Amino acid sequence: MSDPMRIRAQLSGSTVDVRVLMAHEMETGQRRDASGKTVPAWFIQNVTATYNGKTVLSAQWGPAVSKNPFLSFRFSGGKVGDKVVVTWVDNKGGKRTDEAAITAAA
Amino acid sequence: MNRREAIKAGSGTTVLAMMIGAGLIKPTDAFAQEWNKNAFEAKNLNDTVKALGGTSAVESKDITFVNAPDIAENGAVVPVGVQSRIGKTDMIAILVEKNPNSMACSFNIPDGTEAVVSTRVKMGQTSNVHAVVRADGKFYYATKEIKVTLGGCGG
Repeated sequence: MSDPMRIRAQLSGSTVDVRVLMAHEMETGQRRDASGKTVPAWFIQNVTATYNGKTVLSAQWGPAVSKNPFLSFRFSGGKVGDKVVVTWVDNKGGKRTDEAAITAAA
Repeated sequence: MNRREAIKAGSGTTVLAMMIGAGLIKPTDAFAQEWNKNAFEAKNLNDTVKALGGTSAVESKDITFVNAPDIAENGAVVPVGVQSRIGKTDMIAILVEKNPNSMACSFNIPDGTEAVVSTRVKMGQTSNVHAVVRADGKFYYATKEIKVTLGGCGG
């Protein structure tokens, strides 16, 4: 199991600012190891963020997204204390779901 | 035929569209399973737009890059954010023209989510970066050149 995501969801005004940092190799499949063998591609393909069961962002990613991917987006209608849930699925079937409660902007 | 077989059997989007139309699956469910292989294998802007279901994209000044540098010191981690002020924007994709495959990522923007997303991408070399936006069924794009002083493909 991979390391947890770091998720921050902050309400400012009427919009929730979500920032996510995921732990993943994001191997492109173009690199060769020391013995000249191609390192197989291993990367996150789908990311879905939900709030109260409603999808607030969904993404399809290729191997050109950087290692340990960062993602930020904003949606409206969130309340402090409610949870934002983020799930990713990689091309080997690996999966991880984490959540964070919305906080008020400082 | 269950959903998984249906997705495997068809050429992806058409079967999915039929199933969504028939109310068999909700669009949100379908998306979780979907990965547009053709779009990720396209080599340039036009082919990518076609793979995403468009015919051609129009350049637009209402798409802006946010947080994207003019010069990236490390091609492995290049911050790129895209904001669209085009009404009814429901998809944003980021393409790096000179990467082996152009499209790095695409985001579906549901109602209630602002048309602004940021992430970090890899760039093999100095290249034009395109932001492609789908709004009300039409495709638009904006381009910015990002110079890379150290490529991102060596790991």
